[in-house]
Parts: sequence; C-alpha cells; structure tokens
Amino acid sequence: MSTELNLTLQVWRQAAPDAPGSFVTYEAKNIPDDSSFLEMLDIVNEGLIDNDVEPIEFPHDCREGICGTCGVMINGRAHGQERATATCQLHMRKFSDGDTIAIEPWRAAAFPVIKDLIVDRSPMDKIIQAGGYITAPTGTGGDANDTLIPKEVAESAMDAAACIGCGACIAACPNSAGQLFTSAKLWHLNSLPQGQPERFTRTESMVDTMEQFFGACTNHGECAEACPKEISLDFIAYMNGDYIKAKIKNRSRSSQ
Amino acid sequence: MILDSKVPSGPIEDAWDSHRFDIKLVNPANKRRFKIIVVGTGLAGASAAATFGELGYEVDAFTFHDSPRRAHSIAAQGGINAAKNYRNDGDSIYRLFYDTVKGGDYRSREANVYRLSQVSVNIIDQMASQGVPFAREYGGLLANRSFGGAQVSRTFYARGQTGQQLLLGAYQQMMAQVNAGKVNLHTNQEMLEVVTKDGEAHGIVTRDLNTGQVRSHSAHAVVLATGGYGNVFYLSTNAMACNVTAAWRAHRKGALFANPCYTQIHPTCIPQADEFQSKLTLMSESLRNDGRIWVPRNADETRKAKDIPEDERYYYLEEKYPAFGNLVPRDVASRNAKTVVDAGQGVGPLKNGVYLDFASAIGRDGKDTIEERYGNLFEMYERITGEDPYSTPMRIYPASHYTMGGLWVDYNLQTNIPGLYAAGEANFSDHGANRLGASALMQGLADGYFVLPYTIGDSLAAKLGTDPMSTADPAFQEAEKAVQDRTQHFLGIGGTKSPDYYHRELGKVVWEHIGMARNEAGLTTAISEIKAIREAFWNDVKVLGNGDSLNSSLEKVGRVADFMELGELMARDALDRSESCGGHFREESQTEEGEALRRDDVFSHVSAWEWQGDVNTPQIKHKEELEFEYVALSQRSYK
Ligand SMILES: Cc1cc2nc3c(=O)[nH]c(=O)nc-3n(C[C@H](O)[C@H](O)[C@H](O)COP(=O)(O)OP(=O)(O)OC[C@H]3O[C@@H](n4cnc5c(N)ncnc54)[C@H](O)[C@@H]3O)c2cc1C
Ligand code: FES
Repeated sequence: MSTELNLTLQVWRQAAPDAPGSFVTYEAKNIPDDSSFLEMLDIVNEGLIDNDVEPIEFPHDCREGICGTCGVMINGRAHGQERATATCQLHMRKFSDGDTIAIEPWRAAAFPVIKDLIVDRSPMDKIIQAGGYITAPTGTGGDANDTLIPKEVAESAMDAAACIGCGACIAACPNSAGQLFTSAKLWHLNSLPQGQPERFTRTESMVDTMEQFFGACTNHGECAEACPKEISLDFIAYMNGDYIKAKIKNRSRSSQ
Repeated sequence: MILDSKVPSGPIEDAWDSHRFDIKLVNPANKRRFKIIVVGTGLAGASAAATFGELGYEVDAFTFHDSPRRAHSIAAQGGINAAKNYRNDGDSIYRLFYDTVKGGDYRSREANVYRLSQVSVNIIDQMASQGVPFAREYGGLLANRSFGGAQVSRTFYARGQTGQQLLLGAYQQMMAQVNAGKVNLHTNQEMLEVVTKDGEAHGIVTRDLNTGQVRSHSAHAVVLATGGYGNVFYLSTNAMACNVTAAWRAHRKGALFANPCYTQIHPTCIPQADEFQSKLTLMSESLRNDGRIWVPRNADETRKAKDIPEDERYYYLEEKYPAFGNLVPRDVASRNAKTVVDAGQGVGPLKNGVYLDFASAIGRDGKDTIEERYGNLFEMYERITGEDPYSTPMRIYPASHYTMGGLWVDYNLQTNIPGLYAAGEANFSDHGANRLGASALMQGLADGYFVLPYTIGDSLAAKLGTDPMSTADPAFQEAEKAVQDRTQHFLGIGGTKSPDYYHRELGKVVWEHIGMARNEAGLTTAISEIKAIREAFWNDVKVLGNGDSLNSSLEKVGRVADFMELGELMARDALDRSESCGGHFREESQTEEGEALRRDDVFSHVSAWEWQGDVNTPQIKHKEELEFEYVALSQRSYK
C-alpha cells in the first residue's frame, strides 16, 4: 500500500537564457511513493500555482523512458542514482521520507539553459544532420530480404540504435564530450551492410561536427554510467578507429 | 456540401495505379518552384518532408518538440504490419486489406485500405534500406511475429522499440534533406492557425515556444501530420504533449472533422495508482498470449491473488469466449474488463484493475522461457508498480490509446479545404471504427512516403508560375492577431485553477460517458457537463508568467481549450451514431450476447462534421456513404 513522503527540494530556477539562476528551496509534502519523480514535480507545481508562484519548468513528454526529452541532474547525477533509468522512470519509492533532493538542469557549455531545468540540445541534431543517415531516397530500395544481415549484426546495431538522445552522457561527462552519443549512431549505421558506402565520409563529418560543439573525451566513462539505455563504451573505440581510417581515406580521395 | 472521396473507379487492384497515371505531374525542374509546409515530424510528417525534399520541392517542416526525434511515434512498441508473406503462411495484399476492413468493423473506405495494403510492402523495403535494425532470423532474413490476434505472421519489429527505430529512420532521412538545404526545419514552433483565403489554404501561423514570437509562413500546400487526440481523456498512453490543436484549428477554419467518436481503448495498461497520476503505461498486447485474465468471483474478496482458490476465480474471457479466450480483439477485452470492475470485482488498492496471471504459463513453460519472452516488460511493470509479476499477477486495465477519427480527407489525403492535407493519425482515413495492432505505423509511413508525394502534385501542378500568397496579406495579419489575442486573453483571465485541473475534469467526463460503453443518457449528460466545464475554464483558469518566454502552462491552456470543444463534438457524434461499431459501443445496440451490433442500413457512412462559426452552435453533419464491393459485411463473432 502506498505511503507518503515529505521531502525538501533544492531546485535550479532561471528565468531566461541570460538571466542569473539560483537554487530555490521548496517543500514537497505528502508525495505518494507510487508516484514518479516527474509526478512529484507535478504535485509541487500545482502547489506553487495555488500560491501564485510560476511553476518549475522541466523537460518531459513520453514519461516512459523512450523519447529522450526528460533529464535533470538529481543530487549531482544525470537522471539520478538508479542504474539504466531515465528521470521519468524513476519512482519516489526509491527515496526516503525527509530526504533533501537537489535538482539541476544538464550542465554543458553546448546546452544553454532555456528556462529552469530545460536546456537547448540542438547540437545533437546537428551531429545527425552531418551524416547520421544512410542515403536511400524513398522508393529506391530493393526487396528487404535481398540484403541478408546476420542476426548478431542486427542485434549489435540495435544495441547502439537504442540511444534515446537525452544528452545524459554529455551532462555527466566532466568535459561535456559527445562521444557516446555520436559513436552510438556511427556504430548503428557503420556496422550494417547498407551503411558501408558512406561509412568514412559519415564518420569524419559527424566527428568533426561533434568537436565543434562538445569537449574532448578523456575516457572517464561517466557517460556510460549515466546512460539510461546502457550504451556501451566500446562504440567509442570503434568510432576512433574509423575516424583515423576515414582521415586517411578521405584525404587520399580529395587529393585524387 | 457534397463530399467527393475521389475514389477512382474500376477494379480495386488497379485503382491506385490508374489514379497515379491520371493525376497531374509536376516536372522535375519545376518542383523547386513549389513550397510545401509540413506540420508535424512524427512518422507521417518526417517521411513526407524527406520525400518531398528528395523530389525537389522546397519544404518547411515544423514541430513543437525540441527535436523531431521526440514525436510520439517514438513510443510505439509492438511492430508494423506488411503484406510481404515472407512466412509463406497465406498472407497477401488482399488478406491484409480484408483483415483491415473487417477489423475496422466495416466503417472504412475500401479503396484507401487496399492502397494501404499495397504500399505496405514498399515501406519495409524503404525502412530496411535506411538501416532500421529490424529483428532477424539466424539466416539473416527478416523476422516476423503474429500480432493482436492476426492469423498470419505479418508484423515486423525491432525489439520492443519498433516505433523508435522507424521514427529514427524517417528522422535521419529528413535530416539528410535538411543538410542538403531542401528541408528547412523549425523546432519548438507550435502551429496555432491555418491561414485560408477564398476557401483555400495558404499557410500557417506559429508561435515560438521559447520566445513567444508569432510568425506567418506561406506555401503552395500545407500538410498536417500532427498525430491523434487520445489525450482528450486526460489519462492515456499518449505522450504528455499530444493534442488536437493543429487539427482543431483547421476544423475551425472549415476542415471537416470525421468520426470523432471512434477512439481505441487498449486493454492492457497499468491501472491508475492515485489522483496525481499523469499518464498510463501500455503493457504490450503480446502478454495476452500467455497471461490469463481473471478477477475474484466475490466482490468482497480480501485475500491475496495467490490465496484465492481456482474455483473462486472468474476467468471471464475464457468462460465467455471459449474459442478466442484471452485473445479476443482489443475492444471486446476492454469492455469486459469494464463490466467486471463496474460490478465491484476489480482488484488492487483502488479496485480498478483485473489480474493478468502468468502462473500457469510459468508452470507450463518454466520461468526462464517466460522471462525470455517478456523479461523487459516484467521489469518495466515492476519499476512502475513495485510488484514482481513473476510471483504476483499483474494488474491491468484499459486506457485510451489511439484515435481513428480525425480530419476528413479524400483519396488524395486532401481535406475539404483545397491545399490542406492531413496524414498519419491526424486524418480519419484507413482504420474505420477500430484499428488493428501494428497498423498505425504502417499507415503513417504509407501516407508520408508513398501516397502524398504523388497526390500532392495534382493540386500543385495547377499553381505553376504562382508565388505563395504574401505573408503581408490581411489573411495572415488577422490570423497572427488572433493568436496574439488568444495568448493575451489566457494570461489575463487570472482565475484560480491550473489548466491541468480543467484537463482532469474534462477527462473524467469523457472517460465516464464517451469511453468504453456509451448510451443516450450518458452522452446527453456529457454534452452539458463539458459545456459547464468549458465555461468555468474560460472564467477561472489561471496561467502565470508571460507570453515572451517558455511557459508550459500557456502551451497547455490552449490545448485544453481545444480539447473541450473536441470532447463535446465526440459526444455529439457518439449520440448521433446510435449503432455500435468497433471501438464505439452503444449499449442500446448490442446482440443478445452483448456484442457490438452494427446497423448497416442507417450508419454505413462516414460522419464528417462542419464547424458553424462559434462554440455555441453545434456542428452540422455531412455524410460520405461507404460502399462495400469486395468485403461482404458480416457480424463479428469471437465465440
Ligand atoms: C504507447 C503506444 C504504443 C503504440 N504502439 C504501436 C505499435 O506497436 N504499432 C503501431 O502501428 N502503432 C502503435 N501505436 C500508434 C502509433 O504510434 C501512432 O499512431 C503513430 O506513431 C502516429 O504517428 P504520427 O506521425 O501520425 O503522429 P506523431 O508521431 O504523434 O507526431 C505528431 C507530430 O506533430 C507535431 N505537432 C503536433 N501538433 C503540432 C502543432 N500544433 N504545431 C507543430 N507541431 C505539432 C509533433 O511535434 C510531432 O512531431 C502506439 C501508440 C502508443 C500511444
Ligand atoms: S519523458 Fe520521454 S524519456 Fe523521459
């Protein structure tokens, strides 16, 4: 049967991208422990609205761990302490009565705050735009079964493709590096037969774009720890290998 | 108003081919002289925008999300149908067509459904060539499964994340066109008006959700691919942001809204835990393959599930439907759950669920097998409820999931407003009164990849040499002003209750009276109750903050306002349709065995409602008669 929790929240409030921000303390009272973390924020917001205080803006949409919209730092950890769990899937029964919880937006130079807990993650789309696709215009594909793909290859591509693009990897990284996100997409496409023709141009272009926005990877591994989908660090090693090959191939191609 | 469906004449097998031959083409060199607006970048919108761009059109694509990858399509789990017959189990285009018309309880347009079945095979080819990591057999061929009670295995899937992988495929294909400069992508932009002049669509007005800036955009054609309206129930399996506003704004500009009362309630969702619950989570339909559904026979039962002896359990689906048992279609399973819960036999702290029990399956096949099949679903269930489904039966209850109704479109997917098209869940087209599992993804991609790219040319060809209407035109200025006034109005009401409060109140009425079972008295009550809530809302809603920065209460309030009007129309449509069909169950129209009883003599038509200029004048109904030349109408039976 559900019990209720009383909590103290320290929430980052920031009115606009260039406004100063600060932590504000709120009491979260009578929170059913069956509620999710975001429903806890809903309850706090209803109380704020009743008292004519503007509600806390936080990112969310599907609330089932798949759209990648949600994501805040909870006590200093991206998506909180639970392994392989997006913020929306975190439930209050994982907290204890009387806890103090600090809630902040993703922190990364490339992710400016828009308001409160919401940040601008558009650089991630820029990386996809730079080459995160297979050029196959509508109607040009042959029968799907003409290209055989061994089960292990499809499964491994799927492991990488499961990335939800939330940006926790970047928020968790001390350098705000985008390697885990970028390498997951590269492995998804570069490991499949359909992805081979563009493999090296794709790799160079996506990595170069990533470097325009994000910091350098120094192998801390915090990214994989924070990832709600348990994307593997191995993909980064593959990406680095492909990038070196890409530099050589693409250079020789451009000098031809 | 005469509704011309533009369905081609002649044999259904050739209709799409001959239509494509008959409609006008835009020559490749001229395509860049046409501008197309696509609102919505889910499966339907992203696939359409990508294909328009590849063909050479100039495309402006809009989404209120911060990235196209967030669209609600991302959440689809189970799979996508296609008549590939890779399993050699007797599937065919004709069989998929037949199953879809029958599944929709004979309330869809045959020619549209036939075309959908035809292009279904191209979708799989297209998505595979995009690198969608579909499940594979050991030999490297694509895997299939049977889904939602289908008798053939025609469903393709990517683990339990089919929607995610398809959407990422369509999104990436669109981003390639963004890179090529053919698609201009506008994120964080909510469309709040369709702009019409002399009865034709010329563009849209958007509001930037981060800055509040209101802007006009003009084009030769506008496509709405803005998803379904399942959130009118407040609690549903849809993402929080799903709403009817784009379609409703078009409706208020004259676009007919068809069959609003056709909504789908999915039988296997996790029941509501408390008043603050914000959404319901779908548990895959596949669980019904192995789980047994039951409630205690005694409404006052207090023992734990495992302590209740066999003969005091009511396996109501198995008892009532010996042939199909726990695998009856969605609408039948949902309605029966409601019956037992209404009778006080519900389980769980709020007595608002039924058991889905895996004990027999675990006893028969072993825990490992069940874990292999459903491990991730069991984990998700435990995460949400804190209960372990290996040892305690799951609790499930139906929830709003999908909406078959939507903007009325002809065979070209054009609404009755020339230049305005609707695709994906936003239109009413192919599922009749009930959608089959794994067919929504198919329809969204069919519309975007393989139908619109042809049909849109037909109306564009006539506009060659014309520029889109200037955004300085008074029609745009008026629409911009309407958006600004509405925003200011909401901020100025200064009432006492949040938009969410009013959304919850609306949802309760819609669920109670326009949910799984409907009757005349309830629908009449719903109309007056919704009206009362709407009036209270306009006087008493409270939106804090301003209109010049991100303000989610302000986003929400406009959407709730539109849901109020839609809810009322749903009730009127359901009241008018005094037959039962598919997801629309009128208690007055049932067989002796309690099954939905259609009245084909009176209701074999699409009900398309026309806005009458203000909220207090009820919409007028237009009929599009449905003709069934290929599929014989029959009464569904699952005994
Ligand atoms: C939990 C769940 C599971 C499902 N599983 C399956 C399944 O297994 N198989 C299946 O076939 N179907 C399934 N469905 C149904 C299917 O996912 C949807 O019907 C389908 O994805 C809808 O796609 P769409 O492109 O029409 O709309 P959406 O994906 O909802 O996209 C709507 C787009 O429109 C934009 N938009 C909306 N309004 C505006 C506006 N006013 N201004 C600007 N942009 C706007 C949004 O930003 C978004 O980009 C499932 C549905 C749910 C809820
Ligand atoms: S809200 Fe979609 S992943 Fe959390």
